[in-house]
Amino acid sequence: MLNFLEAHSLSILLFTPALAALAVMLLPARRIKLLRWFALAASLLPLGLSVYLWLRFDPALDPRLAFQFEEWLPWFPAIGSSYHLGLDGLSLPMVALTCLLTPLAILASFKIETHLRGYLALFLLLETGILGVFMALDLLLFFVFWEIGLVPMYFLINQWGGANRNYASLKFIIFTMGGSLGLLLAIQLIGLNAGSFDMLNLFRNFGSLDLSVFGLTSAAVKTIAFWAFVIAFAVKVPVWPFHTWLPDAHTEAPTAGSMILAGVLLKLGAYGFLRLVLPLFPQESARFAPALAALAAAAIIFGALAAAGQKDLKKLVAYSSVNHMGFVMLGVAAVASAVGGDAAAVQSSRIAASGAVLQMVNHGLSSAGMFFLVGVLYDRAHTRQLDEFGGLYALLPAYGTVFIFVSMASLGLPGLNGFISELLVVVGAWPLLSAYVAAAMIGLIFTGTYILKGIRQVLHGPLNLRWRGVLTEMSAREWAVILPLMALMLLLGIWPSWLLDLINRAVMFWF
Amino acid sequence: MQFPYLSVLIFTPLAAAVILLLLPNRQARLIRAIALTASALVLGLSAALFFISSPVVDGYRFIEKIDWLPELGISYHVGVDGFSLPLLLLAGLVAFSGVLVSWNVQDRPREFFSFFMFLVASVLGVFSSLDLFQLFFFFELAVFPKYLMIVMWGSPQTREYGGMKLTLYLFLGSVVALVGVFALYFGSGLNTFDMLALEKAGLPLAFQQIWFPVIFIGFAVLAGIFPFYSWAPDGHVAAPTAVSMLLAGVEMKVGAFAALRIGIELLPQGAQHWAWLILLLGTINVVYGALLAMAQKDLKYVIGYSSVSHMGLVLIGFAALNQQGLLGAGLQMFSHGVMTALFFAVVGMVYDRTHTRDIGQLGGLARFMPLAAFGFIVSGLVSMGMPGFSGFVAEIPIYLGAWRVAPWVAVVSAVSIVITAAYILLVVRRVFFGEVPQSLSALEDIHTRDKLVVLMLSLVMIAVGLLPGLISAGISDGVNRILQLLGGSL
Amino acid sequence: MNPESYFWLIPLPPLAAFFGILLLTWRKRTLSHWLALAGAGLAFLGSLAVLWRAFSIEHLAEHPFGVSIDWLPAGSSVMRIGAALDPLGAVSLAFVAVTVLMIFIYSIGYHNHGQPEGKDDLPGLPPRGMEMMDEHGHTVRAATIEPMYSRFFALISLFAFAMFLLVLSDNLLTLYIGWEIMGLCSYLLIGFWYGRPSARDAAVKAFMTTRIGDAFMLLGLAALYSLTGTFRFSEILGSPQTLEILSTSASGVLGLSWAGLIGILLLMGTVGKSAQFPLHVWLPDAMEGPTPVSAMIHAATMVSAGVYLALRFFPLIAAGWQPGGPLTAPMLFIGAVGAFTALFAALIALGQDDIKRVLAYSTISQLGFMLAALGIGAYVAAAFHLVTHAFFKALLFLGSGSVIHGMEHGAAHSGEHLDPQNMKYMGGLAWKMPLTFAAFLAGGLSLAGFPLLTSGFWSKDEILKSAYGLAPVVFYTLAFAALLTAFYTARQLTLVFLGQPRSRAAEKAHESRPVMTWPLLILAVFALIGGLVVKPFEHFVAGMLPHELLVELPESAVPVAVSVAVALGGLLLGWLVYRHAAKGQPDPLESALGPLFRAFHRKFWVDEAYQAVILRPAAWLAETAVARWIDQVILDGILHAVGRFTLWLGELLRSKVDRKVFSGGGDALAAGAQLAGSQLSGLQRGRVQEYMAGGIAVLVLAGLMVLFFLNL
Repeated sequence: MLNFLEAHSLSILLFTPALAALAVMLLPARRIKLLRWFALAASLLPLGLSVYLWLRFDPALDPRLAFQFEEWLPWFPAIGSSYHLGLDGLSLPMVALTCLLTPLAILASFKIETHLRGYLALFLLLETGILGVFMALDLLLFFVFWEIGLVPMYFLINQWGGANRNYASLKFIIFTMGGSLGLLLAIQLIGLNAGSFDMLNLFRNFGSLDLSVFGLTSAAVKTIAFWAFVIAFAVKVPVWPFHTWLPDAHTEAPTAGSMILAGVLLKLGAYGFLRLVLPLFPQESARFAPALAALAAAAIIFGALAAAGQKDLKKLVAYSSVNHMGFVMLGVAAVASAVGGDAAAVQSSRIAASGAVLQMVNHGLSSAGMFFLVGVLYDRAHTRQLDEFGGLYALLPAYGTVFIFVSMASLGLPGLNGFISELLVVVGAWPLLSAYVAAAMIGLIFTGTYILKGIRQVLHGPLNLRWRGVLTEMSAREWAVILPLMALMLLLGIWPSWLLDLINRAVMFWF
Repeated sequence: MQFPYLSVLIFTPLAAAVILLLLPNRQARLIRAIALTASALVLGLSAALFFISSPVVDGYRFIEKIDWLPELGISYHVGVDGFSLPLLLLAGLVAFSGVLVSWNVQDRPREFFSFFMFLVASVLGVFSSLDLFQLFFFFELAVFPKYLMIVMWGSPQTREYGGMKLTLYLFLGSVVALVGVFALYFGSGLNTFDMLALEKAGLPLAFQQIWFPVIFIGFAVLAGIFPFYSWAPDGHVAAPTAVSMLLAGVEMKVGAFAALRIGIELLPQGAQHWAWLILLLGTINVVYGALLAMAQKDLKYVIGYSSVSHMGLVLIGFAALNQQGLLGAGLQMFSHGVMTALFFAVVGMVYDRTHTRDIGQLGGLARFMPLAAFGFIVSGLVSMGMPGFSGFVAEIPIYLGAWRVAPWVAVVSAVSIVITAAYILLVVRRVFFGEVPQSLSALEDIHTRDKLVVLMLSLVMIAVGLLPGLISAGISDGVNRILQLLGGSL
Repeated sequence: MNPESYFWLIPLPPLAAFFGILLLTWRKRTLSHWLALAGAGLAFLGSLAVLWRAFSIEHLAEHPFGVSIDWLPAGSSVMRIGAALDPLGAVSLAFVAVTVLMIFIYSIGYHNHGQPEGKDDLPGLPPRGMEMMDEHGHTVRAATIEPMYSRFFALISLFAFAMFLLVLSDNLLTLYIGWEIMGLCSYLLIGFWYGRPSARDAAVKAFMTTRIGDAFMLLGLAALYSLTGTFRFSEILGSPQTLEILSTSASGVLGLSWAGLIGILLLMGTVGKSAQFPLHVWLPDAMEGPTPVSAMIHAATMVSAGVYLALRFFPLIAAGWQPGGPLTAPMLFIGAVGAFTALFAALIALGQDDIKRVLAYSTISQLGFMLAALGIGAYVAAAFHLVTHAFFKALLFLGSGSVIHGMEHGAAHSGEHLDPQNMKYMGGLAWKMPLTFAAFLAGGLSLAGFPLLTSGFWSKDEILKSAYGLAPVVFYTLAFAALLTAFYTARQLTLVFLGQPRSRAAEKAHESRPVMTWPLLILAVFALIGGLVVKPFEHFVAGMLPHELLVELPESAVPVAVSVAVALGGLLLGWLVYRHAAKGQPDPLESALGPLFRAFHRKFWVDEAYQAVILRPAAWLAETAVARWIDQVILDGILHAVGRFTLWLGELLRSKVDRKVFSGGGDALAAGAQLAGSQLSGLQRGRVQEYMAGGIAVLVLAGLMVLFFLNL
């Protein structure tokens, strides 16, 4: 029994949420309390498991030789695809983040009562889909989980979303599927020529793989495949100009949906860059590093500008994701540009890569926190229009303090988590992509603008008397959602090395 | 001698059909009971065959052969390989589901179920035939019950038109194919209709090149090949639910299957010569069908055109003529069969309660019939090629196969994935979610029987999607046999 | 206990106080302020002990004591952080600790008037006071306690923590952390009365303006790290080789060396934080915060941090410079900015009526003095002026707070509705508030550089002396600015404290409570005696510099004479002009200078210019160009166009191709068979078995035909 657990710990982690989803569907629909607590308890299991994995994980092992907790089973032998899972220092933090945010998101959804059963089941399914992407070591399996996650998210937005949910959910899924089309085709082409979809094989042999097709040279096809990968992941991240699905999806998604969407779903794209694009296409990455950097800088700048131009608080927070994920992309671009560079360039690129991975975690925490706080407000006020608020700090001192705290984490205030990762990205990317980093500073300035705009319009200013007696402080449940996030933000801001060491080692192996 | 599994399988529905004809219409319950029993037997037996058949055995199994007209080389000769076994299972699934969803047929149940059983018997016959003449016999056996069921129980507005159109197309197709079959018979000079013998006939290249298109296209009309597809949407729409299920779910595969068995297996070099054309037509099917499906306002037409689109993938898989393509085609035939049967079943359930199929007049049905919505969504996800469902594991090998021979086919037809997603999601949203129109208030939920159908078919698709090895292992085996016929070169 | 082992703990008591108040005692006001005081007090005691110890160590600058730990793994290296103490740090620590403690004590009185909470007081607005009966039975408005009293102490504790952290850092990274936390604190404290739109906007302005500087600074930080692989001062600034390499390798930007580029980038942070032109606009508005906050920002923390950074990085800024040689680019930059700002802000200060606003512009101007001094290489003079300025500026702000309190009290009694900060309504307060006056006078004279007695004289004289020797242009500019300084100081002293009261509120004003006046008096002592330590100070701090950067100045009487002359002349002139200022009269300078005065008064329209040139275009860019046009119109437009095109294509195929050609072709075919069909349809009415039988018959017939056909 114990041996089984040892040997299949990843599978157990992966399928616990899915099984829990099934179990939820079998519970009586009317027992709302039972459903809630069951789902919450069930989502704590993966969290516990991920902690266990974290403790068992040995950061010193080289993933290029073997991933940890690896599992291999034939899945679709007829086309050479297998069920291959494993973790390394890049994926472990993402897995842990997913396992952390899901219970919090479920806890944040305790107010939902319509079709609660389906809602919770979808959430748990979503968790399995996301975890699968982070664990998959088979290209096709990666794609399977990549797309599977779309379905629950689509229905979460479409069924429990706001007024414009139909448009938003369709845009979300079509945009993402359209983006992944090239990825799918490229994966097929690669798998066909490599004879298997196994990532470890591909990491080793991809350079010598001949992909020529359509009478194009292999190098040209690789370039096309590179861009297919890039676009698919860029849509998910999302990188400007592929981002316009995001604000709509966020605005319409229920609070918990936004938390997961911003907290982990966006990370899938960034993870794709780190896991696949950079290791598989180093030459192409190096060649197009300036383009990636330009996109990253554009995301940082335009994301911040667009956020600053919003009148809806949730849209503002949504655009902040474009802005923040731009730093992840900047880190990726820095790594890309350092391919073939000297030792100093490699060292810089590693710093940038660590920063990018850490930024993924940090943005996961702070964006989930921000969306939750927007949800707390929306639950009470039923509006998110910035000009309808004002002076709420007087009514909600505790909420206001938390709001400022999380906003500041998102802004990248030193002492809180966001700073460390942005610093590492900037420091790492600077010698490689100076001009782009300098341009990104414009975005950094506007980051301040929109964050302060949020605080200014919501908390500060003359009190809108309409809210007196309407708005109440956060409940114990709401505290329970935000406190773990805040604790991690602070912890990562002050003492990041417990996580960064893990990431840094992984980055040293890969880049 | 081995137990004659296949004969039992084929003759059970045939016998049921004859027995049913002898019963009085008053005995509706008995009629239904017999039909259900027969279809359950078919399902059970086909499933049993599927599972007891060891995938490692090469070639045909469960072979039975009885000479019938030896002087003409005609015999009763049945046998299945890895390729046809899933199709038998599919037929069993759809037959059983078809009976369940037709439970409430009030109008002449005796004839309805009898004809239905004839249809089931005919498809089972085609899938297990190893004799050309016999295959053709079963192929044609379906024509009359099909026509009659459409014109008698079909939707009143279009059944005349749809039934006639369908019959005409299929008739013309089979005439063309028949000519080809005779040409084969004479061309081989072996004086036999035995397909196993004809496989080894070593027909001259020129002969193969001339007759392949005739045979392939002739049969492929039933698979809805472009530009001879237009019977399919009209016919599906006109037919009663169970017939739509069988027609789109299984009959179209019959066409594809016959095209493969006779066209490709007996004329492999002809197939290689003409593969480009099939690829082209298949690609047009895929994209064109998807675009048209998007423009439809009638729920059933959407499904009808989506079938055209998906059958295009089967054709592409065939024409790739390689391991991946054929494997994918086999999987897609099964997957699409189950999917489209479930689609039509749910549409039937919706129509029974709302008496409309106009997408604009429907809405919010998930509130009344959540499981039907679930079934439709699962089918939709399969249709979108969403990973985790059978559609994905079927499409991937097809694309892989296409990449190897004609990358542009993979690239162009992949566009349909997004278009499919768009129209499926739009339909799901409009029909099952959103506001309930006033005309539709207080609908009943679907019946337990219907739920059984939905669950059964959905689970099959999910199971295959998660564990493609369930089906693909057997198909690979059949594929290898075909590859040998193709010279193993590809 | 040995200060070497615990000095790095100094920032922690205020931090503990912050968390303690935030999490535990925020309901208990008294406990909160005691907690904050305890934090500041512990830090103060620690700082004094450390300073004492630091003085006793020879060559502390070469061998600063410190501790450090690994903090951030970064690729194959690791970023270390830690604390270190050298002369500059020790001195800064001390002046910060003193001013902070005084400000903390003062704040108790400033926010708590011994009255309970007012009924209609709202958090986020200054307490309105409440109606009370005085001992004569009159109804008066009494000031009430600040509703967010505890929060105030929590925030200033955090503020103090950040400054201590910054001062004790042995590396640029933790310095930057403290720097930014201070940014947050200033934002929260300037916007402390967030219910007032002006305070809210001022807070945002402060944060954003300094952030512009910080963005440059972050780039400098990144560049520095990528070139040196470290953030630690000792490894960059303490290493002549590193500086040599930095100052001789070209950055490729504007022909600057790397040292030049990094220096300018880092100094941009200083420009923002220390409110130098053109990023000075936030500081005057920052007075929207409570007065102790102004004192914190203007003296103990924020603006000092900017100068501290410049001082800290002087070896880098001056890398490649020899005294007497041409200035390096960063020196030129900061010297020019500083000198210009010193003059520019002094001119604006002339035209301000708000008591705190005058002080705010004087801060900007004095910071300009320091930076100008640094720019010409007068490191020690700049450092000394930083310290003395901290004392007298804290004093002046706290004093102005006391004045404002007195005015508010008077206004509450007289029932007048007037701006209690406007000097036009004051006058004659010296006799109402003697202690405040005494302290304010000490601070004012120090600011004006009143000879010999005041610390300000000594430090300013140092600067002028250096400038005279090193850069005459700067000398003349600063001398003129010093004249203006003395003038506006005299104007302020005269308008506020001398002459006749110009409002009933001023008549009714009274002295503040001892908890406010005592810190004033203590600071006044520092403001006066600070000058006495000039020699030991110079010796101590000069150790920071390598010998080749220490400037030997020719002895000359000119600068001393000039500084005495401008101080006394300015004071006298100011008093003469303003001593007869009367109620309702325009400012005497206004009639004398006309439009020029208007320019001073309107702060040279810099805010308006920014509004027109930067803020409005930025808002347009964000709201209209990016959020609306790029995202909604262009990007979404493309998307929608693709979607519509696909739909249109589907419709087109459906109506034009599918129905007409394929379906229609089939129909034409079917039309031929229609006849047969219609005849057959008659069968439907008959019994099914009949035509089933018919069907089978047809099949059989077909079979026979086949047989026949085959037999041929």
